[in-house]
Amino acid sequence: MPLDQNADPLVSIRGLTRIFDVSKPLLNRIVERLPKRLLTAVSDVSFDVPERTTYALVGESGSGKSTIGKMVVGLLNPSEGEVEIEGINLASETDPDKIEQVRSDIQMIFQDPYASLNPRWRVRDIITEPVRIRGGETDGLAEKLLEQVGLSAVDAIKFPHEFSGGQRQRICVARALASEPKLIVADEPTSALDVSVQAQVLNLMSDLKDEFGLTYILISHDLTVVRHMADRIGVLYLGRLVEEASPDALFTDPKHPYTQMLIEAAPRMDGFGREIVPPEGEIPDPISPPPGCAYHPRCPIAVERCSQERPQLEWKGQSRVACFLAE
Amino acid sequence: MTTPVLSVRNLTVEIPTRAGLLKPVDGISYDIAAGEILGVVGESGAGKSMTGNAVIGLLDRPARIASGEIHVNGRRIDRLSRKELRRSRGKEIGMIFQDPLTSLNPLLTIGDQLTETISEHLDVSDGEAKARAIHALEEVGIPAARDRIDAYPHQFSGGMRQRVVIALALCAEPSLVIADEPTTALDVSVQAQITALLKRLCRERGMAVMLVTHDMGVIAETADRVAVMYAGRLAELGPVRDVITAPMHPYTDGLMQATPDASEGATRLRQIPGAMPRLGSLPPGCAFNPRCPYTQDRCCQDPPPTRDVTDGRAACWFPLTEHAAIPA
Ligand SMILES: Nc1ncnc2c1ncn2[C@@H]1O[C@H](COP(=O)(O)OP(=O)(O)OP(=O)(O)O)[C@@H](O)[C@H]1O
Ligand SMILES: Nc1ncnc2c1ncn2[C@@H]1O[C@H](COP(=O)(O)OP(=O)(O)O)[C@@H](O)[C@H]1O
Ligand code: SF4
Ligand code: SF4
Ligand SMILES: [Mg+2]
Ligand SMILES: [Mg+2]
Repeated sequence: MPLDQNADPLVSIRGLTRIFDVSKPLLNRIVERLPKRLLTAVSDVSFDVPERTTYALVGESGSGKSTIGKMVVGLLNPSEGEVEIEGINLASETDPDKIEQVRSDIQMIFQDPYASLNPRWRVRDIITEPVRIRGGETDGLAEKLLEQVGLSAVDAIKFPHEFSGGQRQRICVARALASEPKLIVADEPTSALDVSVQAQVLNLMSDLKDEFGLTYILISHDLTVVRHMADRIGVLYLGRLVEEASPDALFTDPKHPYTQMLIEAAPRMDGFGREIVPPEGEIPDPISPPPGCAYHPRCPIAVERCSQERPQLEWKGQSRVACFLAE
Repeated sequence: MTTPVLSVRNLTVEIPTRAGLLKPVDGISYDIAAGEILGVVGESGAGKSMTGNAVIGLLDRPARIASGEIHVNGRRIDRLSRKELRRSRGKEIGMIFQDPLTSLNPLLTIGDQLTETISEHLDVSDGEAKARAIHALEEVGIPAARDRIDAYPHQFSGGMRQRVVIALALCAEPSLVIADEPTTALDVSVQAQITALLKRLCRERGMAVMLVTHDMGVIAETADRVAVMYAGRLAELGPVRDVITAPMHPYTDGLMQATPDASEGATRLRQIPGAMPRLGSLPPGCAFNPRCPYTQDRCCQDPPPTRDVTDGRAACWFPLTEHAAIPA
C-alpha cells in the first residue's frame, strides 16, 4: 500500500529533510582546524494528512517535531523533499495568488502562550492581525472569535497580561482561526498549561475541528494527549519516522521497540507502585547518530544487522514501521 | 508511634504587598515518615514550591513564615539562624530542583562540587571524600564514574545532570529530600529512570521524600501518600490509591478527570471551568467555590477548615464519599 493511494490529502509530505549547519564560525574553524558540523534534524519523512483529520507527531526532545511543523507552515525551508498543501508546493510554486491562498489556509499555534502574544497590543489587534495584513474585513471579527473560543466580546479591548495561561492560549486559537484556515499546526499547544486548563484547550480544539472542518497537525511529547486527539500518529526518533499507526493500534499493539518503550515508560494514573525496568540510555547526539538503526544502542532486541543497515519504514498491516524485527 | 522525619504544623507563609497581605501557604499540616514519599500536587501557583522552600528555609524575601512549626527528626527548624539552617541543609535535608543547571556550579567539576559538599557535612579525609563522591555517582547510575568525576556540568546531558544533582543532594546522607518537579524538564524515558532511582534510594536509605509535581501519573506511580493543594491550602491528604481512585475533594476529582488517560481513546475530557484565583482576590468561603460543581450557600460564606485535613479528610463542606459522578 504506497502512501500515494490516499485520496487527495490536504497535506502531503515526501522525503522531507532538514539539515542545520551548527559549525563554529568560519574563523574559529580554520584556527582550530575543526571540520564542518552538520545536524540532520529531520530525515526523509513522508506522510499524508487527509482533510478534517488530526495527524499527531510524537517523540522526545530533539526528535525533529517542531522542525517539521515549521517546514509545513513555511517558516523554514526544507533541505530536501517537499510539502504539498492542497496540491501546491510553497517552496517551488511561482504563482503569487496560489501562494497567498495556501498561506492564508495555514496557521500555527505555539507552545508558550506567554511569549506568543505581543504584550503591548490589545487582544482585538492581536486576533485580527492575520486578516488585517491581507487587507481583509475585521469589523466585529475579534468579538465573534473570542466568543467562539469561550471568552467574552468585552475581552477584545484588554491586554494579554490580564489573562491566565489557558485564556491566552484561547486567544492564540482565536487568532489562528481569524483567517479561516483549513490547516492548523499546533506545536505543544498545552505543554505550558495545567491539566485542568489543558482539558479546556483540547476540548476547544476538538469542537472547532468539528465546527469548521479543520485539519490539525498536532505536535506533542505527551502520548496520552495524542491518544485523545489524533486520528493518526507518527512517532519520531532522531529525525526519522519509526512508526505510524492509528491511536488504537499504536497503544494496543506498538510494533517498534522505541514506541513500546515510550508507552511503557509513560506514567499511568492507575500505576500504583508500578516498578518498570527503566529504559536504557538517552537520545544520542544528533550530529553523529549511530549507524544502522539509530535506536540500536538502546534497543533491547537489537541484532547484529541493526548496527550495519538502516531499516526502511514499511507497511505492516495498517501501520508503517521501521524495524527489522517488527512483526 | 515513631517520630516522623518531617512534621509541618499549621504552616503559614505571608507576603506583604501594597495590595495587602498574601498567603501563598495558609495553615498547612502534614508529616512524612522515614522511607515514605509524599507527593504534593496542584495547579501552578497552588503553593507547592513555597511550601517546600519554607521547609528548607529558602523563602525569597519578602515572603516569610508567619506562623506554624516545622520539625525535622523531632528538632524544630523554623526558628534556626541562617547559619544553622545552612548546616542543616545538605546534611539533614537534600534538595532537588526542576532545572539541574541552577543547582550546579558551571565553573566547578562534578567531583569538586561533590567532595566540597561531603567535606562540609561529614568529618572525613580528602581521600575518603573523593571515594564517597565516586560512590555517590555510581549509585545514581553514572557510568564510568571514576573518569567522569573531572567533567564539568555542561559536558553532561540533561538526564545525566539531573542524576548529578541527585547525587549532590544525597551525598551527605540527608534523612529528608525535597524534590521540586525533578523530572518536569526531562523526556519520559529519562523521567522513568529518575523516578525509579528516587524510589530505590528512598527504599534503601529510608529517606523521607517530599515530591512536588503537577503530574498525576508520576504521583500515582511514585508516592505513598499525596497532598493536594489549592490556592495555598491543603484540599486533601491521604494514601495515594485512596485519593486517586476515590477522591473526597471536588478539586482532586476534577484534576483526575481532566488528566487524559492512555488507556482510553478519543473521549471528551472533563474540564475544570475557569482558573485558579489570584492570591489577592480569593473568593470568600471555599477558594474553589467558583469552579466547583457542588457549591452551595455555605461554601460561599465559610471556608472549610483546613486545620484538620489529615489522612482521609478533605477541606470541603460536602466531600464526595464515593467515586464521584459529576453531572455533565
Ligand atoms: N535553527 C536550528 N539550528 C540548529 N539546530 C537546530 C535548529 N532548530 C532545531 N535544531 C536541532 O534539530 C533537532 C530537532 O529539533 P526540533 O526543535 O525539531 O525538536 P523537537 O522534536 O521539536 O524537540 P522538543 O520536544 O524539545 O521541542 C535538535 O537536535 C535541535 O537541536
Ligand atoms: N515573590 C513573590 N511575590 C508575590 N507572590 C509570589 C511570590 N512568589 C510566589 N508568589 C505567589 O505564591 C503562590 C504560590 O507559588 P508557588 O509555591 O511557586 O506555586 P507552585 O509551586 O504550586 O506552582 C503563587 O500565587 C505565586 O504567584
Ligand atoms: S531495527 Fe533492530 S535496533 Fe532498530 S528497533 Fe528494530 S530491532 Fe531494534
Ligand atoms: S466546600 Fe463547597 S465549594 Fe468548596 S469544594 Fe466543597 S463543595 Fe465545593
Ligand atoms: Mg519542539
Ligand atoms: Mg513550583
